[in-house]
Amino acid sequence: MSDYDLIVLGAGPAGAAAAIKARSLGLSVAVIDEAPAAGGQVYRAPSPALTATQPDADREKGDALRAKLAASGAVLYANHRVWSLTSGFSVIAIGPDGPLTLEAPSLIVAAGAIERHIPVTGWTLPGVIGLAGATVLLKAHGVLPGRRVVVAGSGPLLLLVASKIVAAGGEVAAVVDAAPHTGWLARAGAMLARPDLMAKGAGWLLALLKARVPIHSGAAIRTIHGTDGVEAVTIGPVDRDWRPVGDAERTIAADAVCLGFGLLPATEVTRLLGAEHRYEPELGGWVPAVDASLQTSVPGLFVAGDGAGVRGADAAPLSGELAALGVISRLGRGGDLAREATKIATDWHRSSRFGAAMSALAMPPPGAAAMIAAETTVCRCEGLSRAKLDAAIAAGARTLADLKATTRCGMGPCGGRVCGEAAAMLIGAATGWDRATVGQPSARPPLRPVPLAAITGAFDYDNLPIPAPAPL
Amino acid sequence: MAGDLRIGSAWARTVSFRFDGELLTAREGETLAAALYAQGRRTLRMSRDDSGPRGAFCFMGVCQECVVSIDGRLTEACRTPVHNGLVVESVR
Repeated sequence: MSDYDLIVLGAGPAGAAAAIKARSLGLSVAVIDEAPAAGGQVYRAPSPALTATQPDADREKGDALRAKLAASGAVLYANHRVWSLTSGFSVIAIGPDGPLTLEAPSLIVAAGAIERHIPVTGWTLPGVIGLAGATVLLKAHGVLPGRRVVVAGSGPLLLLVASKIVAAGGEVAAVVDAAPHTGWLARAGAMLARPDLMAKGAGWLLALLKARVPIHSGAAIRTIHGTDGVEAVTIGPVDRDWRPVGDAERTIAADAVCLGFGLLPATEVTRLLGAEHRYEPELGGWVPAVDASLQTSVPGLFVAGDGAGVRGADAAPLSGELAALGVISRLGRGGDLAREATKIATDWHRSSRFGAAMSALAMPPPGAAAMIAAETTVCRCEGLSRAKLDAAIAAGARTLADLKATTRCGMGPCGGRVCGEAAAMLIGAATGWDRATVGQPSARPPLRPVPLAAITGAFDYDNLPIPAPAPL
Repeated sequence: MAGDLRIGSAWARTVSFRFDGELLTAREGETLAAALYAQGRRTLRMSRDDSGPRGAFCFMGVCQECVVSIDGRLTEACRTPVHNGLVVESVR
């Protein structure tokens, strides 16, 4: 017996739009999200303690999304963390009040994206944070990443984070972008399709130039120095394939580093449920294979938003609506929706171009593996250096599962979500295989760390019905 | 790193909590990871592998670097709102 017609995983722009659309056509809908409120990362609800800051377009969009979702009649399970699923579909989560299992014949996975990381010596020091994490600190908490910050990596988040730090009164010691200037120019066609977003990016750039922030293109961090935290950062040039070249290094004093190399679709759920995936570098890497209605190879399993391929926040709601129409058609409810679906699909493809161009810009070329030094910690959870992983690869490890089995890389509490791409890059560098050939990690429950007590609930050994021993 | 990294804006009530015995303040509802980071308490534990200091990295429940102990239970500081009287221990 199903609890709902549809379960949506993720209450960001894609998941919320999917739920609202499905509700408007009469389906019963549950939405599950890890965060305390809907909005996802991009429209993350500000901390309730942060009562008044400057008006912010993202905040307003988030408030509108939360209001519409609340009014839709979809049931939102906030603060719930999905840790396992079975086909058919059962969704198993942990919430503030304990375990939750929900069943539905249709599932839309709108799990968003996670950040891609290329490790650098010193990136485990306190004060080195992800670029995406920096947006959480700045937007949701009103906290600066540091007093004097190096913002490094690739992709549009570099400019966003640097400009937010400057706007909040912090100092950006340098922006360090591995992509050459020409990378942005090569994507200009897609960017010109969205003059509004171009203007947003140009505004960030202008604010940085005005604050005299040095912007190093075609450069990367070589070492982050410090004892108890970040004290300085050494940067140096990289070639077009992102390999460090030459000894034109410079060392910059800084107390924090924001680091990230674009976004990866979060595909744990579709992998766990056995859906087929394809490698699409323009969409951030491995994505679920889908039909025109965004249904995966598993009947009833749909995807939307950045988890279906990183296309950005503007495209996300359209993909959510498209997936919702797909679910309704499959359930045989809602009449003829083909014309509406075609229109939404057209708008979705148009609005995807900009986000996909940004995603491609952040994508590391194969040579980027040369940025990782032998002594650099790659797997933070298990404390594994590149040298240890390279040794395992030299000894025959050819897949991420091989590396996991032989070194424990990816077996720690993060589940390989921080180090997985770097480990795949190392296999690629040693074998000459491209990223598609190296393949994906397997997904296994628990998808998130789960306290055993949260699963067992009020279970107590004393409650076990043990019969009294027979008299001797 | 000295000083408070919070951007001057209007905040609701201030609450206090303990981290390894030290009395610290937070804005009510702020996550523990943000409150500790903003006050310069960036080292949350020492790595078992290289004994190096570690602190919050992703701030969104992915990396598990900010795990602390509350009432004997391992908890991600970035997913824990601070409330008055919260007692937090680092994980050794």
